[in-house]
Amino acid sequence: MVQYIVKRLLGLLPTLLIVGLLVFLFVHLLPGDPARLAAGPDANPETVELVRKDLGLDRPLPAQFVRFVNGVLHWDFGRSLRTKRPVSEEIGERFMPTFWLTVWSMAWSVVFGMVIGVLSAVWRNRWPDRLGMTLAVSGISFPAFALGMVLMQVFSVQLGWLPTVGNDTWRHYLLPSLTLGAAVAAIMARFTRSSFVDILGEDYIRTARAKGLDEPHVVVKHGMRNALIPVVTMMGLQFGFLLGGSIVVEKVFNWPGLGRLLVDAVDMRDYPVIQALVLLFSLEFILINLIVDVLYGLINPTIRYR
Amino acid sequence: MATLPASVRTLAADARVRTPWSEFWRKFKRQKVALVAGAFVVLLVVVAIAAPWIVPYDAENYFDYDALNARPSLAHWFGVDALGRDIFSRILMGARISLAAGFLSVAVGAIIGTLLGLLAGYREGWWDRAIMRLCDVLFAFPGILLAIGIVAILGGGMANVIVAVAVFSIPTFARLVRGNTLALKHLTYIEAARSLGASGRTIVFRHIFPGTISAVVVYFSLRIGTSIITAASLSFLGMGAQPPTPEWGAMLDAARSDMLTAPHEAIFPALAIFLTVLAFNLLGDGLRDALDPKIERR
Repeated sequence: MVQYIVKRLLGLLPTLLIVGLLVFLFVHLLPGDPARLAAGPDANPETVELVRKDLGLDRPLPAQFVRFVNGVLHWDFGRSLRTKRPVSEEIGERFMPTFWLTVWSMAWSVVFGMVIGVLSAVWRNRWPDRLGMTLAVSGISFPAFALGMVLMQVFSVQLGWLPTVGNDTWRHYLLPSLTLGAAVAAIMARFTRSSFVDILGEDYIRTARAKGLDEPHVVVKHGMRNALIPVVTMMGLQFGFLLGGSIVVEKVFNWPGLGRLLVDAVDMRDYPVIQALVLLFSLEFILINLIVDVLYGLINPTIRYR
Repeated sequence: MATLPASVRTLAADARVRTPWSEFWRKFKRQKVALVAGAFVVLLVVVAIAAPWIVPYDAENYFDYDALNARPSLAHWFGVDALGRDIFSRILMGARISLAAGFLSVAVGAIIGTLLGLLAGYREGWWDRAIMRLCDVLFAFPGILLAIGIVAILGGGMANVIVAVAVFSIPTFARLVRGNTLALKHLTYIEAARSLGASGRTIVFRHIFPGTISAVVVYFSLRIGTSIITAASLSFLGMGAQPPTPEWGAMLDAARSDMLTAPHEAIFPALAIFLTVLAFNLLGDGLRDALDPKIERR
């Protein structure tokens, strides 16, 4: 197992390196001179040259890349052009709200998605299935920002049950996490259903029924574990969707997280912040997929890694 | 033929009629929901093309200052926005933008992705590793993030959004087509073609590519829905269509400040996106069920 994890980590290195290279090159792909961007629009040529030296932009590209990687490894992403504070500090403050938002959304979507998926598979082609799948296809078709606005209008403005913006109490988390999780729940429901339908047709399920087990026992004990395998893989992929989706949902709910930081940074062309965030989001996504792969081995004994 | 029994004759006739097209149509027309969705998509396309001639008011330059934020009425079916523009006209013109963005971006992504997938699957070896590594890298950026990065480099505006969403679609198609190509290329009919001396190009485009089309078509339809949402999301974030362009996502963003007093300004663009994406998704589901031989007896 440990060996497998190490092997997977090593296998990630090339991808990580290319992602890092792309993020590094990002600054040089931007239209205009990065030194001028950093120095500000009013800076005189001398200042721009000073800034260029200071940021190391006068050195050859490979040397700059080494410096960049070295900085990243020491958690140093430079300073924000807008606030002049270290990017790592800016990110540190914004990390937890986004983290909890994604975790809650994932929890919702796994619970709702699996329950709807299993019920739809068990009552296939009958009304629970039709209702569940109608909900699911609506869920993947409703954009998160529109859903967020609708939920806020109904539950915060009309009914006054929940707060509109901020992230102080658990009540603040309810609407944003439901908004973010809806699409993923829908995808999980569809996926769980098809995976479960396949499983319920297997011989060992018929055997379990034939030996007189009651239906809940058959579904939960014999069906669940096997149906979970593809669903867990799906979860990993969908985490990326959540990370991306949080950017949009954070704008709707004025959430003080990484997504809004990114949107503001793109607005202000604050490239050190953009660079750091793109790298961080990708890193998180790659790591989560690795964790999912390991989980995969734990729930599926037929795939024991050498 | 006259000497054959009647039953054999009808069998022969049946066999003649069963082209892949008729087979597809036979299965597809059984799915009422997908048929309705398909009809709705056709209607949307017609509306999008005809929009400039059928809108009741100019979507960008007509301002009714006496009816700011007015609710839906006979004169303005979907009401009026904060600047006095007719929302119904803006929704119709927005269909043009969203459909074009969805269709163009997926088309570009599908063409590039399919070519890369065919190349990777047919050549294998070095080409395969390089192309799949590229896909891994593109997949390493979660969700909309890749599109945001591209827009940050190229700048805002709808044209750049289309490029960004197209890049975002490439790896999906490349992986799909590569998988199909790998499965197809060891089949006997490909071997037969090769033994007859067919060139690599002929084998790939005349013999392997047709085998991947049905999977590509299904993904194409499902992908258009995702792409319309992604493009609208970018506009909602202020990185896509700029005002006064009547893009649905941008309209929702503009409606945020008036949510309390004029919720209709948000409801209609939201409904427009929802129904459009829903139609493409239902159509895609129907196409999948009709084209996937594995689902025959579900």
